[in-house]
Amino acid sequence: MEVESQFHVLAVDDSLIDRKLIERLLKTSSYQVTTVDSGSKALEFLGFREEDEQSSSDYPSISPSSQRVVEVNLIITDYCMPGMTGYDLLKKIKESSSLRNIPVVIMSSENVPSRVSRCLEEGAEEFFLKPVKLSDMSRLRPHMKRTKLIPQKPEPEKDEKQEEELEPENKHQIQQQSNSNDHPQTQSNTSNNKRKAAVEEAISPDITTRRPRYSGGVTTAV
Amino acid sequence: MELGLMQRRLEDYTKSLFMEGLLDAQFLQLQQLQDESNPGFVGEVVSLFFDDSEKLLNELTSAMDQQIVDFRKVDSYVHQFKGSSSSIGAQRIKNVCILFRNYIEEQNIEACLRCLQQVKQEYYHVKSKLETLFRLEQQVLAAGGSIPAIEVTSF
Repeated sequence: MEVESQFHVLAVDDSLIDRKLIERLLKTSSYQVTTVDSGSKALEFLGFREEDEQSSSDYPSISPSSQRVVEVNLIITDYCMPGMTGYDLLKKIKESSSLRNIPVVIMSSENVPSRVSRCLEEGAEEFFLKPVKLSDMSRLRPHMKRTKLIPQKPEPEKDEKQEEELEPENKHQIQQQSNSNDHPQTQSNTSNNKRKAAVEEAISPDITTRRPRYSGGVTTAV
Repeated sequence: MELGLMQRRLEDYTKSLFMEGLLDAQFLQLQQLQDESNPGFVGEVVSLFFDDSEKLLNELTSAMDQQIVDFRKVDSYVHQFKGSSSSIGAQRIKNVCILFRNYIEEQNIEACLRCLQQVKQEYYHVKSKLETLFRLEQQVLAAGGSIPAIEVTSF
């Protein structure tokens, strides 16, 4: 029913089980998914190159990776990973001129308030407590952005123009999306999502174990 | 055995796993993610969990067996095990891991060894139960039935 293509989410987690889980959750919610097992692989996939960030695209790089146009509409990453943590990855993304517009969501198995606020302060859109549930998926939709990564081209002026043109378009879309924030459930695009949302409503009140701690607590912890 | 009876047996068995606290709501989440387009999802995830857990338990045993225990390493393994068990809804394993981490922090070797024993027991216990569960499911499917959705309110 949608003319536009599906949103593409990049999921980062060092745990194979969690990658499988998040992939299924995202696909069930009609997102296209790419999973990687580390922050450095994520940056590689995004075409991030340290030297490109420092130069001002006057010196186009000719290697294949920087010519690939990767549309990633949201990044969801685990916090605790060996080497580059989810927080480190978040920082690198937000410090990057080409990547900072991509919304980032952090997942963590530990509910540490200082961790949550640190991530949100650094620019993360949401903080999900693991294990991530189906109902968490509806919290992603408002943040999806149509952001194209600009590949390095031989005409720097043209690049800058394109970046400027992209900004208002993004802002416009943010406007649209924030309007639709009020009723995230009703924004479900497919009957699949509606059915699953209905199932979630039926399921959640009856489970008494840990639900209240997970659902509202984290995002309002700031 | 008649299909209805098989389905009833499967349902009762599944419920018992929740009643015993072996599985928690996260397992239900996994079942929700399984459908006609992805009929083997739960089995695949659980299978990954089994492989991952065997490796972790071996590493843990080896790490605890050292003359000088590297608690940072042990903690890392237990943290992983806590995460994976939590992701599939293996509640009792997860709870032992939480306890285990407290003892790691205290660097209490005796208590850690006890936890290691306990976490192994819990693991083999839930593994055996899940294998039985999958066998019962296969029987139902082979007889042309479908797997009954679990009524959450009834436990």
